[in-house]
Amino acid sequence: MTTTAASSPGGVTGPGVAVELTELTRVYAGGVRALDGLTLHMAPGEFIALLGPSGCGKTTALRCLAGLEDPDSGSVVVGGRDLTHVPTNKRDMGMVFQAYSLFPHMTARQNVEFGLELRKQDKATRAKRAADMLDLVGLSKQADRFAHQMSGGQQQRVALARALAIEPQVLLLDEPLSALDAKVRTQLRDEIRRIQLEVGTTTLFVTHDQEEALAVADRVGVMNAGRLEQLAAPAELYSAPVSEFVADFVGVTNRVRAEVGDDGAHVWGGVVPLLPGSAGRGAAVLLVRPEAVVIEGGEANATVVSSSFLGGHGKVVTTTDDGDRVVVQVSNAEVTAHAPGDRVRLRPRGDRALAVAP
Amino acid sequence: MAELASPAPSPDPGPGAGRPRRRALGRLRPSGALAGLVPFFVYTTIFLIIPTLVVVVGAFLGPDGRPSLGSLAALGQPGFLKALTQSILLSAATAIGGAVVGALLAYAVSTAPKDGLLKRFVTSVCGVLAQFGGVALAFAFMASFGLGGLLVGWAKVVGLDLGSGIWLYQWDKGLMLVYLYFQIPLMLIVFLPAVEGLRPQWREASETLGGTTWTYWRRVAGPILMPPFVGATLLLFTNAFSAYATAAALVSQGSPLVPLQIASTFSSEVILGQENVGKAMAFSMVVVVAIVMALYTWIDKRASRWMQR
Ligand SMILES: Nc1ncnc2c1ncn2[C@@H]1O[C@H](COP(=O)(O)OP(=O)(O)O)[C@@H](O)[C@H]1O
Ligand SMILES: [Mg+2]
Repeated sequence: MTTTAASSPGGVTGPGVAVELTELTRVYAGGVRALDGLTLHMAPGEFIALLGPSGCGKTTALRCLAGLEDPDSGSVVVGGRDLTHVPTNKRDMGMVFQAYSLFPHMTARQNVEFGLELRKQDKATRAKRAADMLDLVGLSKQADRFAHQMSGGQQQRVALARALAIEPQVLLLDEPLSALDAKVRTQLRDEIRRIQLEVGTTTLFVTHDQEEALAVADRVGVMNAGRLEQLAAPAELYSAPVSEFVADFVGVTNRVRAEVGDDGAHVWGGVVPLLPGSAGRGAAVLLVRPEAVVIEGGEANATVVSSSFLGGHGKVVTTTDDGDRVVVQVSNAEVTAHAPGDRVRLRPRGDRALAVAP
Repeated sequence: MAELASPAPSPDPGPGAGRPRRRALGRLRPSGALAGLVPFFVYTTIFLIIPTLVVVVGAFLGPDGRPSLGSLAALGQPGFLKALTQSILLSAATAIGGAVVGALLAYAVSTAPKDGLLKRFVTSVCGVLAQFGGVALAFAFMASFGLGGLLVGWAKVVGLDLGSGIWLYQWDKGLMLVYLYFQIPLMLIVFLPAVEGLRPQWREASETLGGTTWTYWRRVAGPILMPPFVGATLLLFTNAFSAYATAAALVSQGSPLVPLQIASTFSSEVILGQENVGKAMAFSMVVVVAIVMALYTWIDKRASRWMQR
């Protein structure tokens, strides 16, 4: 992309600005605590995905950052400036909504130019900028179409172009892909990431889809009941969840009875090192990933319930003699080796895991 | 068209189409589909097409039943021209007034919670009021504000003078007020869906892009609402233009409006053959409404360039 228009004070869409949401609280009429002391700090240019179940307050957090919602307490600081009480139209935020946000009586080009017109840019500058933006999202040929003449994915691209055209301080996306079908979703998801890296705008992406969050973001923030439960890089979030909630929400987790001792959790005759935040000595439930369990020879401690192919790998579902249901990830070759009713021996691979109170 | 017949279960092609079923199906389908429209055609023929033809043909007949332009020429009388002007003025004024007030009310109602009690109450009350434009309404007004009306009487008791109430019987003041009582609710009902079609994302997108509330109304909501607003206003115009009962009940002297003039030609016992003049007058109403409809179609076409159909 050519860096054109010098609309924002800095001119160039630079390395982005830092965002600090601190201790945000928002209680809706009716007593719903949508945000309950949310603190989230974003580095300049960082792409953070806010992940969490429906109703955990993701949208409210994003809207507080945009100024569309007023927090009851806490502060919003962007680029070192306190924006907590600054109205939305003075915040320079680019926002992409879930769906149907394009102005229906304007063409794609007119939609993209809308924010530039409000910034009093002259016609030539606007036209150039809009063309660049539509080019960036791959829609140069659809510039003169109205919203209803475009697919859902194309509409979201235009919405992205419109949001980026104003060279926003922060780009905000609220489940922008959830109304699209699976194929378009993954395609557009990767494209959003490519574009974000290209423009370098600090980005907050809200989603309830863990795969989406892990795929696009530098860091993923898992939200639960109005608070940030964990903020970490995708790999760390998966391998080192700080709580049962995170372990359950991200990826598949087996819940296995274990005994916590000084050296770790004892399970199936093996010892598993524990993650920080695990339960102390005594009976516990160990949260083990399917790939952290191996099937081997020896004295059997579980019975195979089913086995299936999943594409690149397979899975074997077993029931342990303790009565726990355990899913084991296996290679495709192993799938056929285990028929329902077979007796097998499970062993922990030794990855660190979280132990929680039973 | 026939080749396009889908394999979906076809409706009963009707009696007498039984035997060569399979081969005839494709040919019979279109007429089978049209069969459902028969009641509609019968209805429009009896209640719309025939009366219109009677009016149009009658307008070109003289008192003796022979083709003549005499009846139409009678429209040139100052009395009728005045009534036509007044009819158009009254309709236009109450359409514009009703549209503006009704649109504002529709917006207010749209901000109430969806499916809430208030919204359901207001829309059903308006449904009744919009239909309540007849004699009953005129009597209600006379009983309240007319000569010796209840409210006027009460006001006198507390020392307030609401005037003699004569104004109520004047075509411009009285009818205008009474007509607004059904024009405003009608506007509310007709315009509410358009207002509720405004998506909150549009306002929020406008705001995040730097727009003020004024920007939103001028650049987004205004242009989106304009075609349905104009359409509804034209509907209100024809609604008032063709209203008869209210005017008949309230106006006692003369025939200041076209529908009243038409009625008087039919009831006149003095001059025979006047009914073709009445038809000529009705024909002039048809022409006015046709012009309004043409205007509406033109506006609608311009708007549908971007609207989803
Ligand atoms: N305008 C509102 N009025 C009342 N409650 C609301 C409103 N918006 C959201 N909520 C409630 O606040 C909670 C958080 O909502 P939201 O931030 O939309 O969650 P998410 O985006 O994670 O699904 C939910 O329980 C929701 O029902
Ligand atoms: Mg949400």
